[in-house]
Amino acid sequence: METDISLNNVSFAYKKQPILENVTLTIPHREFASIVGPNGGGKTTLLKLLLGLIHPDKGDIQVLGTSPEKARERIGYMPQYAHLDMNFPATVMDVVLMGRLRKSTFWFSRKDRDQAQKAIRTVDMTGFAQTGFNELSGGQKQRVLIARGLCGRPDILLLDEPTANVDHETEENLFSILQELNRRMTILVVSHDLGFVSKYVKTVICVNRQVVFHPTTLVEGTMIKDIYYGDLKMVRHDHRCRGPLP
Amino acid sequence: MIEFFQALLDPDNRFLTYAMAMGGLASIAFGIIGTFVTIKRISYLAGAISHSVFGGIGLALYLQVGMGISWFSPILGAVLAAVVSALLVGLVSIHAKEREDTIIGTLWAVGMACGILFIDKTPGYFSLSSYLFGDILLISHRDLVFVICLDVLIVGVVVLFFNRFFGVCFDNEFTLLRGINTTFFYLFLLVLTALTVVLLVRIVGIVLVIALLTIPPAIAGFYARRLWQMMLYSVLLCTLFTWTGLGISYSLALSSGPTIIVLCGTVYLVLLAANKLVFTQNK
Repeated sequence: METDISLNNVSFAYKKQPILENVTLTIPHREFASIVGPNGGGKTTLLKLLLGLIHPDKGDIQVLGTSPEKARERIGYMPQYAHLDMNFPATVMDVVLMGRLRKSTFWFSRKDRDQAQKAIRTVDMTGFAQTGFNELSGGQKQRVLIARGLCGRPDILLLDEPTANVDHETEENLFSILQELNRRMTILVVSHDLGFVSKYVKTVICVNRQVVFHPTTLVEGTMIKDIYYGDLKMVRHDHRCRGPLP
Repeated sequence: MIEFFQALLDPDNRFLTYAMAMGGLASIAFGIIGTFVTIKRISYLAGAISHSVFGGIGLALYLQVGMGISWFSPILGAVLAAVVSALLVGLVSIHAKEREDTIIGTLWAVGMACGILFIDKTPGYFSLSSYLFGDILLISHRDLVFVICLDVLIVGVVVLFFNRFFGVCFDNEFTLLRGINTTFFYLFLLVLTALTVVLLVRIVGIVLVIALLTIPPAIAGFYARRLWQMMLYSVLLCTLFTWTGLGISYSLALSSGPTIIVLCGTVYLVLLAANKLVFTQNK
């Protein structure tokens, strides 16, 4: 099977505090994986390493057969929307077109607009193209940001907490869109909510300084609270996973 | 008000025509750059840049009058100080994540203090009030040429790089991931801000710069749905405020800078309150 992402013995520390240690991980093409783990466990760090925003202290990362920096333009990234300015004057179209930014051209072409329109259709937001981004609900904003990640026609889609602050129904809706997209591309979703996500995803990647890889069919029966140090209040899942003990 | 229009048509009052032309032309630069400063939330950085301008003016006066280097004019000192402090402040805001506001606050105060110290050491007496609060009525022909050049530069650059600036302001990280050199465009934006601030200092002075740079875009933000609309409304509002402010200050014999600021500040606060009221009623 073709490999999209491989990490070989990767370590990363922030101010001498180890965040990730000796992580080795292979993600095949058209994988649909959820990255889970406690806060501060290294989920965001792993994401940033894959995007080449930070560099490992040790080890080697390959994305789509090249370095993360070179692979960037083939990755669709959806950040958490909480850090975006909600009063920013922009329409849905303006936001989605950002996904067509590139070094070689200054203005967006007809084709860029068509691609953006197509991406907006894919996430079921047709008719909202000229609506102000700040007039949308949380779930709609998430979908617009997914469309932005999609309209560069990526091979990998990376989503950071797409289900944060959205209700259950919206979440379900979002994941069925992702499931559809998974026919064409590899999808990695960072999530707090392991149980629900695992209904859709093929694999769960547990990150807590180290990384453990579980196909969802094999994670039955072990205790999720091991990786969360038993601090989880609500456990809503039918697949479970064990991480390395600290 | 009528005597103001009469005065405007009187050929003896050349300075008034200049002031009106300056107000209108400068509004193009203010409206566009002010919009970026507002949406990127860097008015604090713009404040630091404007106060360091005073350091440059002080240095220039010292070199020109004190040391006899005649070509080192205050405007050159101001431009130099503005650009250097823009780059400095920009690099600090990119790299110093934890103490950003402290460092920028320090640059702000030190720039200003250096200006005073240089002027202390310069023989002769200088009226600082026109630098601090501006005097649009002292505008010369050369200033008009300067503002036209700046307008052309800003409009040209923004039309060319609109999408990149949009990206850097809305979501810097995502724009970086699309292969755009965001650090370059951020610093570029700050340098353009610095040049605009130098221009603003001539009109409303160092102390009042931030108000004229941010209030018209803040009002425009109530009504604009897209970035270019916000810029257009800001330019129009800024022109309206400087012209009306000039008219009032001439008629009532008041300082022009503070009159303009009080005018646009009042309009902003009234609209803010009105919007809040309408908004809560609708809920």
